[in-house]
This record gives sequence, structure tokens and C-alpha cells, in this order.
Amino acid sequence: MRYLEAGKRHSVRFTLNGRSVEGEAEPRLLLSDFLRHHLGAFGTHVGCEHGSCGACTIRVDGKAVRACLLYAVQMDGRVVETVEGLANPDGLDALQAALQKHHGLQCGFCTPGILMSLSQLHDEEPKADEARIRDVLSGHICRCTGYHGIVQAALEVFGKS
Amino acid sequence: MKPAAFDYACPENVGEALTLLAERGAAARICAGGQSLGSMMNLRLVTPEVLIDIAGLSELKSIALVGGAIEVGAAVTQAEFLAWPDLASFQPLLAKMLPWIGHYQTRQRGTVCGSLAHGDPSSELPLALALLRGEVLLASRRGRRVVSAEDFQLGMMATDIREDEMIVAARLPVAQVGAASAFHEVAQRHGDFAIVAVAAFGDDKGVRIGVGGVADTPGVIDLKWPVDDTALNDFAWSLGGTDDQHATARYRRELVRRLGRRAIDEVRDAIS
Repeated sequence: MRYLEAGKRHSVRFTLNGRSVEGEAEPRLLLSDFLRHHLGAFGTHVGCEHGSCGACTIRVDGKAVRACLLYAVQMDGRVVETVEGLANPDGLDALQAALQKHHGLQCGFCTPGILMSLSQLHDEEPKADEARIRDVLSGHICRCTGYHGIVQAALEVFGKS
Repeated sequence: MKPAAFDYACPENVGEALTLLAERGAAARICAGGQSLGSMMNLRLVTPEVLIDIAGLSELKSIALVGGAIEVGAAVTQAEFLAWPDLASFQPLLAKMLPWIGHYQTRQRGTVCGSLAHGDPSSELPLALALLRGEVLLASRRGRRVVSAEDFQLGMMATDIREDEMIVAARLPVAQVGAASAFHEVAQRHGDFAIVAVAAFGDDKGVRIGVGGVADTPGVIDLKWPVDDTALNDFAWSLGGTDDQHATARYRRELVRRLGRRAIDEVRDAIS
């Protein structure tokens, strides 16, 4: 049995945006804090830290999940994707470009999490309709946009506008 | 907003998890998806000394038909159960209720059994377990036992799980031929905790109504056709809801009457 003691640091190794990363973490260290403060990947934002706001949403083995409800030590051997992995050398990916075009963000705090949820939805359900998009977005809180621009951006990428 | 220090254990099988539970008792907590427990640990409402992570145990990952019930292993996520191809044919009520549990992002980690263990009276799975008269399968080093829905949930976030026990599976009865079901919920935003959730299923003999979000445990009543407004009103009052920051008791009673009527009529129309 893998048994990691409190107060001690344990080695963790996983794939982050296609690149192998490693570090040391106490069991209590949240994945969101490990990404930001140990790996310097500040793209993942931290809001409520109890799973409600959706700001810290990332993808683990393809699934959009809350990084504040996971511990770094649980990530050994897993594939983690964050907002930093979306853009390609030519520029923004389609979802990012559409958010820019449709004013789907203002302060941008919630945007990385929203992008990671929409990226899973697009991979698995590329024909999702507005109701489904809104259902997935209900797991995120945005206080700037009123969501309309976000929905419009998603609809364009999902071929519904 | 950070959890207190804890040991993290990742057992290889249920036996190892039970041995650790027997040794550490109340100081240990089982964690499957961690979507409720992790949140409570971040708020330091819960501070276990050791967290036993069962999410990776393949023996708890199965969904199977066992004696007229769907048996869902303790590591099956809500998203996996929702994606089970036979769900809508074996128990349409669950296919209606599961999309209301949390959000897309939390259903991908959160488990069916974890929600039952958490025992929040406003969440959908405890209501489904109570309405369908399901069972919970518990295990410890002392052996296994099956607990009925009625005996399982004792109060708000209080269950019959003893210190050395863990849930290994939940059994949710399949729908009988000729039965129909309905589900309605009002929450502040889709996916938030229910202010009132009403589930109903019935056949030509009568209808059973279950209500979550009002009392400390889901309230269930069996009614004969035809169901008049007086019976529904009496049931709404019997639940004994109180005022809180989300809604008044009076508003909750009104929701029970209105959502209840809608659900009852849908069941009646579907079977006639």
C-alpha cells in the first residue's frame, strides 16, 4: 500500500501539457497550489477553494475537474492539462480566439477554467447544443460577462452560430 | 481554505482499506471522488488524520444487475453511472435525476456511493435511495451487512456507517413494468443544492412521492389514486421544513405542492 505521511514531502511525477514534470508535495498540498507555486504554472486560477466557483478547473486524464479538490500526490502518473497547453505556436486555439472575438471575458479570472471545461466538451461532444453548453457552464461563476459572450463564443466553435 | 495535515493512503484492495479503517477508526476517512469531503476538509469542517483513497480500486468500479437492483460500486463516478447505457431502460427515474447532481465538472470525480455517505438531505442520490427503497452494502473487518435506505440515513449528514465500515456498493431497484416516474427540482442555479426536489414513481395502484431539501432526511409517502390536493398539502406540512437563507418554510411547502402536483400528474398520464 502506498502510504504517505503528513508533514513529509513525497515525490510526484506527472505529465503537464505534454511535458513530464516532477516535484515534492506534502499530502495536504492542493493540486491547484502545486501547479502555481511549485511548477510556476499560474494559468490555473484559484477562487473559492472549495469546488464551487470553477476557476481552477483543469483536465486530468481528459476530464475537466476542480484542481482545488485534488491533491498533488494523487497525480502520480496522470496526464494533466491546463490553459497553458491550449494555444499553439500560431496563436490562440479556436475557443480562445472565439472568446476574444465575442467579448467572452473581461477580467479573465474565470476564463482558464471555462476553457478547460469547454475543451473537454468539444473533444467529446463536438455537436453539443446551447442547452448542453449552458449546462456545462453552470459549473463556472463569471461576474463580468453575464455569460452571453461566452455562450456565443462556444456556439461559434461548436458550429451552431 | 487549505486542508489540515493528513496521511494519505492508497490501498491496493478493499481488504487493505478495511484493515486501515479497523486500525484508525474515527481518525480515518474514506475518500472516493472527494467532491464533498475535499470541500469540507478545505473549510476544516473535517480534519481526518488519514485519508484512504479508494478511487482507483477496480473491484469497486462495477455496475451490475443483482436481484432486481442496479448494484453500483463505491468507486463508480456519477458521470460513469449517467453514461451507463442501460440506465434509462432499467431505471428511468435515475436517468432523470443524475444530471441534477452537482455540475459536469464535479460529476466526473464525485461518486454515487460517496454522495450517499455524505448524506446531504438536499442532494439527489439520498432521495433516490429513499424513494426506490434501495440498500447500501457496508463492509468492515467484522464482515459485510446490508442496510435498507430507511435505516441508512439517520439525519442531516448522519448515516449508519460505523467507524470501521465503508460503503462498497449501493443497490438501486430497477423500475417495474408498467411503472412511470417523474422528477422536478428548484435550486438557485442548476446544479446547486436543491431548495426542493420532488421525485415520484407509481403504477396503476398508486404513486410514491419523495421530497429532498426540506427535512433532515428525504421524506417519502405512498398515496393511492386519485391523489387530491389535500393529501399533497398534508404531506408538505408533515415534512416540517424551516426558514433558512435560501428559502422560507412557506415557500418550500408551496414548492412541494406545486412540484408534487406536476410530478404526480406526469406519472398518472404516463401510466394511463
